[in-house]
Amino acid sequence: MRPLPELTPENTAFWTGGARGELMIACCNDCNTAIHPPQIVCPACLSRNVAARAMAGTGTVYTFTVNHQPWLPDMAVPFALAVVDVDGAPGVRVTAPVISDQPETVQIGQRMQIRFEAAGDVWLPKWQPLETGACA
Amino acid sequence: MTMGKAAITGTGMSTIGRNTGRPAMDHLLEAAQQALASAGLTRADIDGICTYPGKTDNSPGQSPLGTGEVRGALGLKTRWHSAVPDGPAQMAPIMVAAMAVMTGQARHVLCFRALTESSSQSAGRRASIAGAGKPQIGGWLSWLVSVGAMSASNWAGWMATRYFHEFGMTREHLGMVATGQRQFALMNPAAVMQKPLSMADYHDARMISSPLGLFDCDIPIDGAAVVIVSAADAARDCARAPLRIEALGSALQSQETWDQRPDLTTMGAHDASADLWARTDFKPADVDVLALYDGFSIFVPMWLEALGFCGHGEAKDFIAAGNIGPGGRFPVNTGGGQLSGGRLHGFGLLHEACQQLWGDTGARQVADAKTAVCGMGGGFIAGAMLLNRD
Ligand SMILES: [Zn+2]
Repeated sequence: MRPLPELTPENTAFWTGGARGELMIACCNDCNTAIHPPQIVCPACLSRNVAARAMAGTGTVYTFTVNHQPWLPDMAVPFALAVVDVDGAPGVRVTAPVISDQPETVQIGQRMQIRFEAAGDVWLPKWQPLETGACA
Repeated sequence: MTMGKAAITGTGMSTIGRNTGRPAMDHLLEAAQQALASAGLTRADIDGICTYPGKTDNSPGQSPLGTGEVRGALGLKTRWHSAVPDGPAQMAPIMVAAMAVMTGQARHVLCFRALTESSSQSAGRRASIAGAGKPQIGGWLSWLVSVGAMSASNWAGWMATRYFHEFGMTREHLGMVATGQRQFALMNPAAVMQKPLSMADYHDARMISSPLGLFDCDIPIDGAAVVIVSAADAARDCARAPLRIEALGSALQSQETWDQRPDLTTMGAHDASADLWARTDFKPADVDVLALYDGFSIFVPMWLEALGFCGHGEAKDFIAAGNIGPGGRFPVNTGGGQLSGGRLHGFGLLHEACQQLWGDTGARQVADAKTAVCGMGGGFIAGAMLLNRD
């Protein structure tokens, strides 16, 4: 069984935004720093005026790996895991599995769109390749 | 600035192996007795004890022994004890022990690491998957495990992908790390792997998490290692030349994550290494023997660059030039490393480096080795140490 994230005041917006299809990233309302993993305090200016904002839900692959090993009995392999620079949140990456029948085709620089899958009381992110933009 | 006030005076390693069926404490006892003998000490001399990470069942067999059980089993009466789950990598207990002897909390600290990952996995529980089997998980692991990045091979894999992309490294270079360390292992009867590994074998092995294949991953074993850290004045009375802890580096400039560091072709190792060299007049050129964390082969080139043995992006050429294998100018993991020797979480690598400095490594001995550097950890987890003897 794959463990699910424990919900905390810091991370609940991220893990439940998928109910609305929204990629929620914590941002400082005073200095606009994007904060991930989310915190209740801004590490740039120490403001407590931090709240999650809905991002466009797109991003660019910074790096990836294709996992071939079934680490759990019910794990279907192979699949790609992409580490994606999130549009609108400088410095923030979201790592998630890639929705693809051809994981070997994932590339650095590829454009991605966020999707979500419900699991327990959270919504797990997945990255879906955008048709338009493979540009390594 | 020289520390010079703490030294490694003895080390021991149990007869490690896969699925040994021996209790962790049996391994620990063997390693402890060896370490005491090598230092010329008795258990009555041991007044401190320290370990990483402490007793935990976070993943199967990862740390079956805590300080309490070991104190009990060895009948130790200590003045100071500590376990360090949250610090500069697997090296943390050595660092904390050095600080303990420098502040007079203890004179001889027994530092240990015991694992029974091989037996635990053979008993039907799966490989080193932190948090597996629990319904919920928190902290930095949750951002990885919850989305299916369950294995450190995934995390190291995406670092390697980015590194390959930026610097033109290929699997051939990582194969040189794996096959080179296997050559060392063939000169080390204690190494788990005793059959030759060719480059063809390396390429033919199954992929685990691209670009890392089977021989890019270290080997779970059962075993224990003990390192005795002594105060400098106490070290003079020991049986062998004290290995002075010349400098320690444990700086960390980025977050506690495996995916948010701005440049994932670097790791915490780069911060810890810069800190190490800032604390000593020694330079990389002074180093005779290297012990670099090789949980995955990609960590070796990254540690080489972190420690300044070559520039950023130059490790592939440095490795291809034959620097790190048998006969090379900067031999790395001369006992076979974790890739061929077995995973003792850095303690095995440090044990080997100490044996080199004491001239005890037989066919693989580096001539007149006096200075060793040890880098432990991967990702955001890193500690670096420079050892020197007269
Ligand atoms: Zn701020």
